[in-house]
Amino acid sequence: MEKFDKLTGIAAPMPLINVDTDMIIPKQFLKTIKRTGLGVHLFDEMRYDGDGGEIPDFVLNTPQYRDAEILVAGDNFGCGSSREHAPWALLDFGIRCVIAPSFADIFYNNCFKNGILPIALPQERVDILMRDAEKGANARMDIDLEAQTITTSDGETITFDIDPFRKHCLINGLDDIALTLEKAPAIDAFEARASAARPWV
Amino acid sequence: MSPKTLYDKIWDAHLVDEAEDGSSLLYIDRHLVHEVTSPQAFEGLRMTGRKVRNPQNTIAVPDHNVPTTPDRVDGIKNEESRIQVEALDRNAQDFGVNYYPVSDIRQGIVHIVGPEQGWTLPGMTVVCGDSHTATHGAFGALAHGIGTSEVEHVLATQTLIQQKSKNMKVEITGRLRPGVTAKDITMAVIGATGTAGGTGHVIEYCGEAIRELSMEGRMTVCNMAIEGGARAGLIAPDEKTYQYVQGRPHAPKGAQWEAALAWWKTLYSDPDAHWDKVVTIRGEDIAPLVTWGTSPEDVLPITASVPAPEDFTGGKVDAARRALEYMGLTAGQPLSEVEIDTVFIGSCTNGRIEDLRAAARVLEGKKVKDGLRAMIVPGSGLVRAQAEEEGLADIFTKAGFEWRLAGCSMCLAMNPDQLAPGERCAATSNRNFEGRQGRGGRTHLMSPAMAAAAAVTGRLTDVREMM
Ligand code: SF4
Repeated sequence: MEKFDKLTGIAAPMPLINVDTDMIIPKQFLKTIKRTGLGVHLFDEMRYDGDGGEIPDFVLNTPQYRDAEILVAGDNFGCGSSREHAPWALLDFGIRCVIAPSFADIFYNNCFKNGILPIALPQERVDILMRDAEKGANARMDIDLEAQTITTSDGETITFDIDPFRKHCLINGLDDIALTLEKAPAIDAFEARASAARPWV
Repeated sequence: MSPKTLYDKIWDAHLVDEAEDGSSLLYIDRHLVHEVTSPQAFEGLRMTGRKVRNPQNTIAVPDHNVPTTPDRVDGIKNEESRIQVEALDRNAQDFGVNYYPVSDIRQGIVHIVGPEQGWTLPGMTVVCGDSHTATHGAFGALAHGIGTSEVEHVLATQTLIQQKSKNMKVEITGRLRPGVTAKDITMAVIGATGTAGGTGHVIEYCGEAIRELSMEGRMTVCNMAIEGGARAGLIAPDEKTYQYVQGRPHAPKGAQWEAALAWWKTLYSDPDAHWDKVVTIRGEDIAPLVTWGTSPEDVLPITASVPAPEDFTGGKVDAARRALEYMGLTAGQPLSEVEIDTVFIGSCTNGRIEDLRAAARVLEGKKVKDGLRAMIVPGSGLVRAQAEEEGLADIFTKAGFEWRLAGCSMCLAMNPDQLAPGERCAATSNRNFEGRQGRGGRTHLMSPAMAAAAAVTGRLTDVREMM
């Protein structure tokens, strides 16, 4: 997994609540057996018309936001299905950080497994960042995961919370599975205890 | 000992390791797998030379992509779908997991097959790369959806890294009125709490109206816990649960059954347990519901009218405006005058035998409105066989419904069953998101009886008028 420590990039405003996983990546693109190549289909139904032409006023189609690496959105971002294709598509497009007042649990989890930083902030803070994002490509935001800060193009600094274990894994690009396999003796011991206590499982 | 909730008890019984920062390693008893969210996980195992730690507790079944028409025996025509299903065939074989291929009568939607085969038991931890894994919570199992990286993690380690969620109690008191079903309960809860109301929580559903539900009904309720944002939904096991489980192929037998039963009987929330959030709804207050918008929280009684964006506050004003435009509805229009083009009865929410019986009761001796497309997709091959045996299939086909083979079908339209742009559907599934049932398609969620009533009249209909 790619590490995430610092990011300076363009933030695209998406002031919609309940951006669901079907919007992020519609099901017709879930038929892949790979993790890559989904970026062109990110937000497919909002981004393209029925004939595959770009819808000019969709934020990621406008010249100033085509290279956005940060997304600022409304409440309950990523609700809906467990499809990891949603963070895969964001990542493949180039989005490394999503900022919103709240996230759906599974999506939030999935981001960390793919080197994307989801930041949940109170609505007033998101509003400040949304206004900053609306300034376009000259307004770049700085995100510093180690310091847990976001700095707007005006130099205003906003701090955010993050679970220490997830932060550690993201900064070091750690693979969860390898970490857990180091605990194999504890898993073996658990299985031995469980098969005595609940042999029917 | 401090009082515990049911969730606390299951959590404690599966804790392998707890780190200082609060992240825990939880043991997973059952891992269900389908073709859409697993190929990259198996590929990951191959690339790292890892094995499936516990293939005997891993159960795979293709469901999302499979066609539901009889010609599927000749193979899947859509190439990408076929590749995905074939990848699961191969992965199941290579890694030695339990498998129900398309040709097996036990094949069906993963959340219907698991309980049906007795894989899902009270007090277990159950995961699947699918958000509707919450369904299995109906058995008092801690069951939730995971992403593909986590699927790979569970395959390799039989554990999951988790943060403990908060406890939320949803109590449905009293009795339901005639024409009101489990689907209406679960939609009423989402309507009351919103799609983010349960975020960060595990919900336990309780109260007389929940106790009165059959296992099928309880699965419908838990199925949509995720639509309320919750990590999982739970219902404490009771006699109905044990009866449903007993005798199923993978349920414990003999002395093991007795031992299991003794443990299962300890699985309830202690009277003084702490709840972080409590929601109470009176069963008598719930009416047959339909959705009008593009979020499952957009629910209203069938007797209501389409709301106006100005009825809402905050971000919901714009969301409602966008939803009405997408749905092609006008504020003030009575919901019961909204005409539909299609009816879809099925999905892991409402594709079980009881759902088909409810639809058949409404459809007996009636006809689907002229020009309407109507299909029933049983949740598994066994549900289908039982419905045929009970004569339900006859009622459906005589009424003019298509009687399909098992799969997810038009719930998410990954197979050929899709809505055309602008086509309006009365559906018993769980999501009414934009494009969920096909690009530009318009979905109204409701119970099977309500969907059957809509099929007869050609518009959203109060099923109580037909009872
Ligand atoms: S029936 Fe629908 S919700 Fe259920 S597993 Fe299939 S696609 Fe998902």
